[in-house]
Amino acid sequence: MTANPRFFSRSELVGLGVLALLLVVILPMSLDIFRLNLVAKYLTYSFVALGLVICWGYGGILSLGQGVFFGIGGYCMAMFLKLEASSVENTKIQSTPGIPDFMDWNQITQLPLFWQPFHSLTLSILAVFVVPAIFAFIIGAAMFKRRVGGVYFAIITQAIAAILTILIVGQQGYTGGINGITDLRTLHGWDIRTDSAKFILYFVEVACLFGCLLVALFVKHSKLGRILLAMRDKEDRVRFSGYSVANFKIFAFCLSAVFASIGGALFTLEVGFMSPSFVGIVPSIEMVIYAAVGGRMSIFGAVYGTMVVNYAKTSLSESFPELWQFAFGALFIAVVMLFPNGLAGAWNEYVQPLIDRTFSRNKRSTSVASEHPLANGAPAE
Amino acid sequence: MEIGQQPPDFLLAVDALTVSFDGFKAVNDLSFYVDENEIRVIIGPNGAGKTTVLDLICGKTKATSGSITFRGKELTKLSENAIVHAGVGRKFQTPSIYDDLTVFENLEISYPRGRSVFGALTFKRDAAVTERVEEVAEMIFLKDRLNMSAQLLSHGQKQWLEIGMLLIQDPELLMLDEPVAGMSVSERAKTAELLHRIIKNRSVLVIEHDMKFVEDIAHKVIVLHQGKILSEGSMEKVKNDPKVIEVYLGH
Amino acid sequence: MFGDYSFSDLGSIFVMQGFAGLILFSVFVLMALGLAIIFGQMGVINMAHGEFMILGAYVTWMTSTFFQAHLPALFSIYFFIAMILAFLACGALGMFVEWAMIRHLYKRPLDTLLATWGLSLILQQLYRTVFGAREVGVELPQWMMGSWQATDSIQIPINGMLVMAITLLITLAVAYILYFSSWGRQVRAVVQNRVMADAVGINTERVDRYTFGLGCGIAGVAGSAFTMIGSTGPTSGQLYIVDTFLVVVFGGAGSLAGTIASAFTISQARSTLEFFTSGSMAQVMTLLAVVIILMLRPQGLFALKVRK
Repeated sequence: MTANPRFFSRSELVGLGVLALLLVVILPMSLDIFRLNLVAKYLTYSFVALGLVICWGYGGILSLGQGVFFGIGGYCMAMFLKLEASSVENTKIQSTPGIPDFMDWNQITQLPLFWQPFHSLTLSILAVFVVPAIFAFIIGAAMFKRRVGGVYFAIITQAIAAILTILIVGQQGYTGGINGITDLRTLHGWDIRTDSAKFILYFVEVACLFGCLLVALFVKHSKLGRILLAMRDKEDRVRFSGYSVANFKIFAFCLSAVFASIGGALFTLEVGFMSPSFVGIVPSIEMVIYAAVGGRMSIFGAVYGTMVVNYAKTSLSESFPELWQFAFGALFIAVVMLFPNGLAGAWNEYVQPLIDRTFSRNKRSTSVASEHPLANGAPAE
Repeated sequence: MEIGQQPPDFLLAVDALTVSFDGFKAVNDLSFYVDENEIRVIIGPNGAGKTTVLDLICGKTKATSGSITFRGKELTKLSENAIVHAGVGRKFQTPSIYDDLTVFENLEISYPRGRSVFGALTFKRDAAVTERVEEVAEMIFLKDRLNMSAQLLSHGQKQWLEIGMLLIQDPELLMLDEPVAGMSVSERAKTAELLHRIIKNRSVLVIEHDMKFVEDIAHKVIVLHQGKILSEGSMEKVKNDPKVIEVYLGH
Repeated sequence: MFGDYSFSDLGSIFVMQGFAGLILFSVFVLMALGLAIIFGQMGVINMAHGEFMILGAYVTWMTSTFFQAHLPALFSIYFFIAMILAFLACGALGMFVEWAMIRHLYKRPLDTLLATWGLSLILQQLYRTVFGAREVGVELPQWMMGSWQATDSIQIPINGMLVMAITLLITLAVAYILYFSSWGRQVRAVVQNRVMADAVGINTERVDRYTFGLGCGIAGVAGSAFTMIGSTGPTSGQLYIVDTFLVVVFGGAGSLAGTIASAFTISQARSTLEFFTSGSMAQVMTLLAVVIILMLRPQGLFALKVRK
């Protein structure tokens, strides 16, 4: 340990390899395009869950407003696609051609100013990164500089999610209202609704996911990752070791916001629409449970947790919708009371030792020592 | 309250310091001065405001009025981390270490480099860091426990670890809140030895109840009572002060 | 925006909107009182608070149906019986939840939040299964309907006045229990120093359970009162939960006076704004204002400065 910590531990390299095998080879080969697109949709939520691992698992900051950032990313992308779909020739039957159809229905005759930048793909993609970061920075700076955290932060972020949803629904003419922004067609002339486009977009998404995973792993292994853990434990000690605790929290929150936003933008591309039903209180708290099921401290767990919960949701809610509601509620309670370390905890406790025993008898002690003590430790407060 | 220009030779000057919590003055018009390389001990009965004084100096509590200057810098207006950067280190009463991290990581976090967000992201564990951590670990008797999770340490070892975390920070003013409280006799002796070694070349402000220990290390003693200074001077002097005997030593 | 109204019209509008605000205020206070006890005194976040309220509403609805069918002679007073039943049902459920779930999570407030959210999902589905997805409305006895004609242009609904009277009564009762009864002292003792309270012989577990039960019971009464002015559906509770939490936090958790003052401010602001803009914009503007104020003054309106 006295040597410089390696960029990734051995088990993380294995984890990356296994996930790559699953997402790049096994799933695309074994699923039809409809199912693969469903996986793609699940995976967009895993960006949010990944952000929550950093922000909540490591930083101890529970945000119940991640849907806000998912929505920001999603809407930025949707606004660009909608403008492209609303070209003058496509919309010549409208009373004002060249503006999105829902604006026309709401008697708006001119494109609002805040829609203008979304004519450009570059600006739209930039917005996917910058807007959530700025927004999270403002919220984070206001709250963390004043030492607001814990449940207060959770409630305030939840309120922000509620406000944004009401606003989007209420301002139908500017946002598409409750239906959201629908009927998205092409990206620079490339039809995103075709099966081949969905297939390509799936791989784009997987590449983005691995990019975010690498960033998360880098943060975890940097001193910043250890400071986040230290802060969660003894905030005052970190403060009196000369660190600005607020700045570190703001960073963790902004990073999680940007991850969520990337997920949202990809969601719009994969699924073809964006609506306020992904912004509000309910989706935001559901995304927390994805991270919790995967294991709130586990970066890979975020991906697996999201997929497992969503797979269960899709298959159960199709056939037994009532049962699913009960099961989902019970899942919240169970994951908190019985399995606070989620799937990753179960893996570390039961599966990993088995693998270690089977494959590397002589190396067992080193691999156990390289596991972070927290991977098996108590959950965060 | 008139706050005059302080003579520059004081390391720390506390002037007319007052803090009130809903009208209760925990520290009331307190003034004292600490020289370079001086070891000052604050004693006093429970609730005298000792810990509050340290809280005020390190910025944990904001003063209602008065000033604290450290090397000519006004500390009452600085944030906690800026006070640390100015050269003030503080140990808490109960051992305050990071249970989830190893001893090495605990010390490394306190190493005074890469304290900004991006500094921490790009921080490299180079030879200088490792060397310094090992050096400090040796001083605090934990060299062979560097890779141990800190939560497994004994109470005394945790206290040492926190002292080590301050040492690696190399502050010019070291503030210790009851460093030997709750320690066994042998741990206490070792701690005294440790403190004797680390107080060289820096000023130290200590809160302690253990009179033998105080007598052993103090240059000057302040007796605090109800937020005010009851007596100040050498241990010999305060011990014979009738006011002190009445409220404190007389028990 | 004032152009179309004469001066006396405006006066009447302000009085009536003000009164609409007072009814909203009463509902907020009733809901927030339960939360102020659970969150303010115990530090527990109960995301299922809205569902407890809805349970109270359903109990009221069942009572009204029962009286209509079997005791029509007593229909005019069923409401008071319903309210007591709502209190008991919600209180009992609350105590059960505390025993089964909350008490294991006192040291993990964020996890309590997630677990109670799970509970709220289960309760919602339960209501949907038992009572159906459609909203149900309670039939009020004759004397509660209608309104009191104060002047030519000002009308005050009777049920609104009744809600306010009930709110006043319950607020006084809670204030008495918390600040003047020996049990209230025990609650505050446990809040401030659990270990010490235990050591001086207070049964902290029992205090926790009854405190939680009381908070949930009051939510039930709030739900019961709520039926007088709106209909009840399985997810009605969720609509109010964010507002209610903001009311409690804005008031400064732990301060009863703060909770009431903040409920007053928020409800009045919202119902006044509602008249001039759409309902959703009024809600957005009020919530946003509260969030911004909380960012600037996180301790809320009323908070004590204490020695740490």
